[in-house]
Amino acid sequence: MGETIAEKILARAAGKKKVDAGDIVDASVDLAMSHDNAALVSKVFKEIGVSRVWDPSRIVIVLDHRVPANTIKAAEAHKSIREFVGEQGIKHFYDVGVGICHQVLPEKGFVRPGMLVVGTDSHTTTYGAFGVFSTGIGATEMAGVWATGKLWLKVPETFRMIVNGKLPYMVAAKDVILHIIGEIGADGANYKAIEFYGETIDDFSVASRMTVSNQAMEAGAKAAIVPPDEKTIGYVKERTSKEVKSVFADEDAEYEKTFEFDVSDLEPQIACPHTVDNVKPVGEVEGLHIDQAVLGSCTNGRVEDLAVAAGILKGKKVAEHVRMIVVPASREVYMDAVKKGYIQVFLEAGATIVNPGCGPCLGAHQGVLAAGERAITSTNRNFKGRMGSTEAEVYLASPATVAVSALKGEIADPREVK
Amino acid sequence: MVIRGEVIRYGDDVNTDVIFPGRYLAITDPEEMAEHAMEDLDPDFHEKIKRRRIIVAGKNFGCGSSREQAATCLKYAGVEAIVAKSFARIFYRNAINQGLPIIESEEAAEDIDEGDDVEIDTKKGLIKNLTKDHEYLFHPLPPFIQEIIDAGGLINSLRKRISSSR
Ligand code: SF4
Repeated sequence: MGETIAEKILARAAGKKKVDAGDIVDASVDLAMSHDNAALVSKVFKEIGVSRVWDPSRIVIVLDHRVPANTIKAAEAHKSIREFVGEQGIKHFYDVGVGICHQVLPEKGFVRPGMLVVGTDSHTTTYGAFGVFSTGIGATEMAGVWATGKLWLKVPETFRMIVNGKLPYMVAAKDVILHIIGEIGADGANYKAIEFYGETIDDFSVASRMTVSNQAMEAGAKAAIVPPDEKTIGYVKERTSKEVKSVFADEDAEYEKTFEFDVSDLEPQIACPHTVDNVKPVGEVEGLHIDQAVLGSCTNGRVEDLAVAAGILKGKKVAEHVRMIVVPASREVYMDAVKKGYIQVFLEAGATIVNPGCGPCLGAHQGVLAAGERAITSTNRNFKGRMGSTEAEVYLASPATVAVSALKGEIADPREVK
Repeated sequence: MVIRGEVIRYGDDVNTDVIFPGRYLAITDPEEMAEHAMEDLDPDFHEKIKRRRIIVAGKNFGCGSSREQAATCLKYAGVEAIVAKSFARIFYRNAINQGLPIIESEEAAEDIDEGDDVEIDTKKGLIKNLTKDHEYLFHPLPPFIQEIIDAGGLINSLRKRISSSR
């Protein structure tokens, strides 16, 4: 029997010829990512009783969640991280303002096909867009990884998702993945690896694939892998001179299930409160009054996303009662958007631009919702209380849907834009 | 390990944002984390946990963020075990690494009611519902996971391993 991508990567990481789904392996990780929660990781690390991390060159830390610090506690956490990276000689440290971890790692060339990456963030699955097995872990086990370079992992079964069809006007990667989550459910891929195939995925830009691999976590996926192609390799080679060893599934690989989707008639999709699998076509929620529109996050804060929104907002004003908040996913994205004139468009439209980072996505600052308020956002979670009050409502949508809704002051269909 | 106690019941898809809201993420002291456990889901949780120490829930318990505080805050609030139809994978790992016993059983999760008195034997893979006089079997945790839980969590078990290899 042949092997899936997940099986091949984990076999290599565990130093074995072959592993099967269900095996528990002790894997050596290639890269370990943490963000602001590195403060907690380092605290636990010190309790283990080893003095040095296993390999400072394989640890990357990006401050992104509460940046610049929004409370004294956050400031102290950041400070302790700065001290720790200094002591341990961790060079790959990105302080306040560089961007969101899931954008920064690929951008700075850390992510290459075939790697095993773990991160103390659930959306670590994002790097799957580059043919990587990457998954989220907790802070304590990360402390263990920092100490030993190793982690136990169960080799997951793999789902094959085939997406075919040319996407209609103003329908995008976010709509595709929301549709899939709506179909399979918030636990539809729990514990599983997903491999994505099909002409729609082939046509996607690297940015769109990152949207898919990122959001797929909301179906419970342990890894969400797009097999690498020339676009992947092009992106990676521009950013690193390290060798690229792509891993592909065998022809006769064993999949637990195969799903097929045809998206040629897909409508823009909206994930309604308070679960990500409560997905409806835009037509069913159109007209709902909104108070806030958020464009950004590790799901949809890339320059491609800003471009779509700027195209819609150019020369127009967002509705008077709407607070539109734009968060570029990284400094590089921000600079690119300045150069291309998108930031000017957003400012003229009446939007507020905040610094690169997680921003309002996790409800910590920069746009927290009051009770009774409703937001439309390009982020990836709409749980109760996620963006502020537990009495607020969060609707997830594509950048195009967010932009057109901001203009109209209510949830709107981007296909109306001519 | 044998755990006995009364049950607090919750439904499906209890996510980490309601177990431990993002606004408290900067907290690093587990006792302080415990004060906010379940804050956005169940305002009476702290009252209930005084008497009832076992959580029974539906499917996909702990979905959402990788925040380990979700497992930590429950443990420090006094939760001694969680039984659910299924767990989200990162929460599952986090609970084990915190030394919080975690059991998947559809049958038990469906049958057990709020307030039932239950006894869980993690090694045998057996839950006894003493109130209803029902029994449910589950797959016992693999030995190395038992070891982590018995040691009181991953850090303690790593510490043991490291000191014994010196
Ligand atoms: S942008 Fe949101 S989902 Fe992404 S890493 Fe930050 S908090 Fe998490």
